[in-house]
Amino acid sequence: MGAGRLYVAVAAGGFRRYATYRAATAAGVFTNTVFGLILVYTYRALWDERPHLGGWDQSQVVTYVWLGQAFLSTLAIGGGGVENELMERIRTGDVAIDLYRPADLQLWWLATDLGRAFFQLLGRGLVPFVFGALCFPVYLPTDVGTWVAFLVAVLLAMIVGFGLRYLVALSTFWFLDGTGVAQMSWLVGFFCSGMLLPLNIFPGALGEVVRALPWSSLLQAPAQILLGHADPLGTYVFQGAWAVVLLGAGRLVQSAATRRVVVQGG
Amino acid sequence: MGETGTGRVREGVRAYLMIAGMWIRSTMAYRASFVMTTFGNFSATLLDFVGIMLMFSRVDVLGGWSLPEVAFLYGLSGTAFGLADLVIGSMERLGRRVRDGTLDTLLVRPAPVLAQVAADQFALRRLGRVVQGLLVLTWAVARLDIDWTPLKLLLMPVMVVSGCGIFCAVFVAGAAFQFLASDASEVQNAFTYGGTTLLQYPPTVFAKELVRGVTFVLPLAFVNWLPATYVLGRPYPLGLPQWLAFAPPLVAAGCCALAGLAWRAGLRSYRSTGS
Repeated sequence: MGAGRLYVAVAAGGFRRYATYRAATAAGVFTNTVFGLILVYTYRALWDERPHLGGWDQSQVVTYVWLGQAFLSTLAIGGGGVENELMERIRTGDVAIDLYRPADLQLWWLATDLGRAFFQLLGRGLVPFVFGALCFPVYLPTDVGTWVAFLVAVLLAMIVGFGLRYLVALSTFWFLDGTGVAQMSWLVGFFCSGMLLPLNIFPGALGEVVRALPWSSLLQAPAQILLGHADPLGTYVFQGAWAVVLLGAGRLVQSAATRRVVVQGG
Repeated sequence: MGETGTGRVREGVRAYLMIAGMWIRSTMAYRASFVMTTFGNFSATLLDFVGIMLMFSRVDVLGGWSLPEVAFLYGLSGTAFGLADLVIGSMERLGRRVRDGTLDTLLVRPAPVLAQVAADQFALRRLGRVVQGLLVLTWAVARLDIDWTPLKLLLMPVMVVSGCGIFCAVFVAGAAFQFLASDASEVQNAFTYGGTTLLQYPPTVFAKELVRGVTFVLPLAFVNWLPATYVLGRPYPLGLPQWLAFAPPLVAAGCCALAGLAWRAGLRSYRSTGS
């Protein structure tokens, strides 16, 4: 059977697995909605003070807030992706079983994570976004093309997000307890993805730097396409380049890890 | 059981300290990870504040409040929440114990269950958040020109302790809810982390209904909004009487009593996984 079918099955498994926890999903939707509400008011206060900050009007900021809440779990910006499980498997030594499988370790986990991300987008992202769109004046593009372009950027964002978190998870091969590294990476991700504050209103050189880092592929890049502030092709090149770099780095680290590190418990 | 109430409390505190001490020793086995997570805890909250500073790099006031004034709110809320999170934050993991059945081991031990759950996985790294809150608060007080009176000075520690009490009540109530919905531990994040995030910003930013909700329904406003507006000499948005600024201890006591009742009801309703 084709290798493609295997990974599709793995992704479908990831989707179904996360879909099992309905109460947890409902709880997450509730929490994302509450945070969205808080952020909407603070951002609107900011834009009241400085209209057209970063080239956005009030309705575009509101759209951005609800996109952020939709993407927080989808892209596991604050953690919560498959990397937690992978880190645990490395710590306990179970990763040895994964390495035995007739499948590529990185692709296996990428497929699982994509399945998870698609579920989180539908299960956790959609409801807060619709709630926000119904309760606040939001900016939504009317042409289908923009939405399609946006969704492509979301898919690329999922891959870049995985690339970053896979590297974090692999660090467990050396640290054994990956909690510290994971926590640091979430912090950096939170700050550099635009979850904390939209990257287009970061001042001066700091803004230039964060917009060039891989994390800006996650939330900022799809958002700018949806808000009509970015050229889709240029954005794809940027996201695609980071995806290649990160997945390539993941591959290198993976081969170093599996060659040099003795599996725990062996 | 013929024990007195105070005996029960003393027993609980003793059990809590013993378990917490054990977890501290266990954490120290992975020292590098401890240092990193404490620093991470400190930076996580620091980042929140960096976000606010970045906002103020673009504006002079937010909802009519200056940066030091917002920092004052931030420091108070961060310190109060940080203390509650340090002391009792592990309770958000109760749902997991209900799911996998390990709560049963706590029930058969000769120590109050609340103390055991509160001290479970005690994480000293959470001091990072307290320290960060205190630093921001100190900076804010130094920058602000507050017209100090003995009453205002007294209100400061009272505010932090009461705020900690209110957040502890939220943690306990959230844990009690997990007896009913063991998968839904994230709901309480909306009130704990969401609550402290809300309180970092001035009440003037939010819609009146939201401010009313956190004043009269879930009284988070008593953590810092009401007392801080008094210290800063600002009017509270809902036009409430000024003496309410001194209500936090009462509100905290009331919240803790209600949370305690919720906890008892939750624990009584607990049926083991049965396997």
